Amino acid sequence: MKGSVIKYERDNIDTDVILPGPYLKIHDYAELATHAMEGLDKDFHKRVKPGDFIVAGKNFGCGSSREHAPIALSYSGIKAVLALSFARIFYRNAVDGAFLLPIEIDESAYKDISDSDSLEVDISKNEIQNLTKNKVYKIKPFPELIGKIIEAGGLFNYKP
Amino acid sequence: MNITEKILARASGKTSVSPDDVVFVNVDKVMVHDVSGPGVMAVFEKLRKKGMIIDKIWDPERVWVAEDHFVPAADKISAQNIVSLTNFTKQFGIKKHFKYGMGQYGICHTLSHEEAMVLPGEVYVGGDSHTNTTGALGAFAAGLGHTDVAYVLLNGKIWFKVPETLFFKINGKLPDHVMAKDLILKIIGDIGTDGAAYKTMQFGGTGVSEMSVESRLTLTNMTTEAGAKSGIVEPDQKLRDYLAARGVTKYDEVHEDSDAQYEKIYEYEGSEMEPIVAKPFSPENTVVARDLSSVELDKAYIGSCTGAKLEDLQAAAKILKGKTVKIRTEILPAAMSIFRKAMDQGLLKIFMDAGVVVGPPTCGACCGAHMGVLAKDEICISTTNRNFPGRMGHVESQTYLASPLVAAASAVTGKITDPRDLK
Repeated sequence: MKGSVIKYERDNIDTDVILPGPYLKIHDYAELATHAMEGLDKDFHKRVKPGDFIVAGKNFGCGSSREHAPIALSYSGIKAVLALSFARIFYRNAVDGAFLLPIEIDESAYKDISDSDSLEVDISKNEIQNLTKNKVYKIKPFPELIGKIIEAGGLFNYKP
Repeated sequence: MNITEKILARASGKTSVSPDDVVFVNVDKVMVHDVSGPGVMAVFEKLRKKGMIIDKIWDPERVWVAEDHFVPAADKISAQNIVSLTNFTKQFGIKKHFKYGMGQYGICHTLSHEEAMVLPGEVYVGGDSHTNTTGALGAFAAGLGHTDVAYVLLNGKIWFKVPETLFFKINGKLPDHVMAKDLILKIIGDIGTDGAAYKTMQFGGTGVSEMSVESRLTLTNMTTEAGAKSGIVEPDQKLRDYLAARGVTKYDEVHEDSDAQYEKIYEYEGSEMEPIVAKPFSPENTVVARDLSSVELDKAYIGSCTGAKLEDLQAAAKILKGKTVKIRTEILPAAMSIFRKAMDQGLLKIFMDAGVVVGPPTCGACCGAHMGVLAKDEICISTTNRNFPGRMGHVESQTYLASPLVAAASAVTGKITDPRDLK
């Protein structure tokens, strides 16, 4: 996967800012995408391009269980969120619904990656190439079950 | 094994499990509401488009449905969602649908205990992050998203990583001016909003055994705000009495083994607790209420699954009796059964005499959806559970999280007020 970075240098980016409460009544995925990140970045939907990555700090996606959050990001074109850590429901929604990849990066990669950097993410090698800075970062491998669900294309395609 | 491990071992057909084991567990009960229900329907539609035939669900008897986030219908879309939800329950033969305007209805987590929808020892999942609440009934209770709930509805099982357990030992009874809400805010302030990420928070000690079941439900409710997978309290006589009052006496309690392990034990002296408030914009941003006595407010909100159970309303009434509110104040009982008890006990008269608006059960303004959301720069004190930017309305509004005692005292003065300082 190749794409460019939209970086939010902050921890605890919660589902209330990823997809604000008033839109919970909406279940049209394309419409949800137009409100993605609205609580934090009004210009996100103008800026985001298919294949982009979000880079953020720890506990990304904390708060409510709304699957609208990974859906809105996914239908905006985000292929993966690269964060120091993820809140549990956001993580499993992203994986089980096959909306995007929640990838854990370490502190040095988080500091090093800048907004608009061009990245290539290869989960088979557990690495990220920063094409802008000509650097390589290791990523934390997915736990076994998570890797299998991702490979299957979501929980419904996975055979236990 | 500890309680959570024992419940998950039993539900996955294993003799024992350990933290970090990944298990597929059989689910006993599952809940959807008017947000997650239509979300699940959208997943079903997606699966149908891929050729899957979905004409029945695993077990309609184990599924129950609440209408809470957007009732009374906020607009045409939310009205339509309620219609879709009704069609869904009819189509799949789900009988336990608590409908707005037809007797008992309310916030899903409140119904889970008011109606004893979930029993000790069970595995309960719901399409809402505060599903953790119900762990106070001695069950494993965790929130899931739409895809996972759809999977449970079709297969009756779901995967979980067995969590580590953090044990919170509360020594001694809380003082009269302190509520379970203050205690859980204090804990979240100490461990942070990811302090229990992926873990279970178990509560015990004399402070918890002295506590009512409703107070315990406040503790488990906000384990979500510490990032926990679940919260739990070991069953005791108080819980048995609570369930018996709701007509339920048969269930299979799970108790911990004598060699139960916890990742960490935290101890708190209950008698030393003080009223605590979480400042904007995070539940971990806590200080003692007295430090905020200069904060002027526009509104007080006493509502939600966290802060509008019967004892929450009783606490508010104790403060508001014979007083008049100085700021816009709303009290919304969390379920019709609580609304009725508040009426029978004369609490509604106290509220109305004080000038408060009493409204129907709804998640409404707690999640900024409707029914009294905040304008730009407005400041609210609230008995709810989250205060992220925009949570209760405009992204530049502010919410302070507090106990019903603090919220009611603040309603009287118009400033954040420790109940001890109310004249």
